[in-house]
Amino acid sequence: MHSMKPINRKARKVEAAVIAATGDVEALQMRGGEGKIYYPMGCTLNFTPGWEVDVSGGTAGLCQPVERDLFDCHLGCGWPAQVPDHLNNAPDWTDRCAAAANDWRKVDIVFP
Amino acid sequence: MSAVVEALTPARYRPRELHSFESAGTHFVYLVPSGAVFALDKIGLEIFDRVKEASPTKEELTAYLLARGYQTGEIDTALSELEYSEVILLGEAVPEKPKLPEKTFPLQRIVLNITNQCNLACSYCYEYSEDRISKTEGKPKFMSSTVAESSIDMLIRESGSRPSVHVTFFGGETLLNFPMLRSSVDYAKRKCAEAGKQVEFSLTTNATLLTEQVVDFLAEHRVGVTVSIDGDRELNDRMRVFSNGAGSYDVIVPRIKMLLERHKTNSIGARVTLSSGVSHVRRIFEHLTKEIGFYAVGFSPATANPNRLYSIGETRMGNVLEGFEDLAWEYRDSAIAGRHHGFTNVNDTLKELHSGISKAYPCGAGLGLLGVGTAGDINLCHRFVDSDVGQMGHVQKGGVDHGARDQFLRTHHIGARYDCHTCWARPVCAGGCYHEAFIHYGDTSSATLHYCDWIRGWNDLCLRIYGEISLRNPSFLDRFSDN
Repeated sequence: MHSMKPINRKARKVEAAVIAATGDVEALQMRGGEGKIYYPMGCTLNFTPGWEVDVSGGTAGLCQPVERDLFDCHLGCGWPAQVPDHLNNAPDWTDRCAAAANDWRKVDIVFP
Repeated sequence: MSAVVEALTPARYRPRELHSFESAGTHFVYLVPSGAVFALDKIGLEIFDRVKEASPTKEELTAYLLARGYQTGEIDTALSELEYSEVILLGEAVPEKPKLPEKTFPLQRIVLNITNQCNLACSYCYEYSEDRISKTEGKPKFMSSTVAESSIDMLIRESGSRPSVHVTFFGGETLLNFPMLRSSVDYAKRKCAEAGKQVEFSLTTNATLLTEQVVDFLAEHRVGVTVSIDGDRELNDRMRVFSNGAGSYDVIVPRIKMLLERHKTNSIGARVTLSSGVSHVRRIFEHLTKEIGFYAVGFSPATANPNRLYSIGETRMGNVLEGFEDLAWEYRDSAIAGRHHGFTNVNDTLKELHSGISKAYPCGAGLGLLGVGTAGDINLCHRFVDSDVGQMGHVQKGGVDHGARDQFLRTHHIGARYDCHTCWARPVCAGGCYHEAFIHYGDTSSATLHYCDWIRGWNDLCLRIYGEISLRNPSFLDRFSDN
């Protein structure tokens, strides 16, 4: 808190409630408030590995290819991922991919 | 109509219900009814002061803060923090209705008045003086072990899922019934072990009957002991006398020294009753801690109708608060230096302030605590035992009368005490002692109005001390965090 500092135990509880109610939005976080768990929002809940790079910083170690990940970010979450422009330049980009889990290999690379 | 007026009149900020205080150059707020204590930072203090002075609208307040060099972002954050924490309010407050406790509130402690007899005849005693309310005619002088055992069974039964319970022995003079006390301790330990609960014991005594055997028993069973004593020979013997008028000091002091020497397994405290001739707080404290060796000393004014000669009266209560203040600052100095100080009145209040307690009831009587008389009659607490007021059943005839208990709790809840609704000290006070109220006003549900200023003064003092300790030696406060 910026305007005051909690001193006793009750004040610390009040502070937690205030932060839950007024705190800023953090990327990929859903705030549960006091007594609730914090969990990240986004692709990790879609049962995909999620993050765009592996531990080495590359894409080779991901258990699904990077295209699948980008594709899911783009359609599943509406995340502004670096994917082809589905509306104007590459409307048929995903035509052959009916279900990402099965057809991810059919997602094409698009060259602008 | 009011909606139209509201729409046309911009909402104004005002302070919420709170008590602000300053300590060691820092401004604090004690929030009511939450009991939270915050230290205001610079912007927080500027907002609070402005709201207090000018009741500004949001636009006015924002403009004022912009002119003082704050940025819009920090102003918005600070305002929402202060509003959500209930330091300030925009518009009108809607009072919240306090909640009643759960009907099945589990029992935690029983006070067994194991005898209504005493070998002293202290003038101010609420059990024997002109203000007595207990009617012991026809009741046994000593509690039998059967009644004590039924009481302990009742405690275990009514304690729900609590992992530990507490038995306090009280009187009369408790040690007049020592054989029964001893068998009750054994019984309670056995029964609680069977029920998978911990049990703790304490007793209050005038120390006249302490012997080495008694003390060794108390030490072995970790029985906490409170000794009633009013100071040095001159002060103690003004009120605490045998029935022939002889003072008790010379009889009790060697016994107390032996107690302090032999009993190290639980706390031993002195309890001083202040009355008309006995209000020398520092003198008493110094004598009891330095000359006799008590680790902790607590003071309480005698409960008495104001017309009684021993009643402490307003002027002397003023002196008492001064004496308390003097000792309280000494407590603060010790705390900042990380040293123990035995003034329990401050210690107890700091503990409550640190947890941020917000009481629905002034004490546990009728809630987690019940008193039992020598015949097994259950009552609100030890002070009402065997009186017509606050009766709540019988340990052998149906146990706790839950109907009577619920009725009492409904009518004595802080929500039902209208005198307290605008008082900032109600989270810690909640209206004051039922017995004190009954003696003064003939009504347990009345607030103890004759102490209101005193209680606010005391809590303000303790808050200032608390604030200063929190700044200068916060780790001292860890001792209050263990439960």
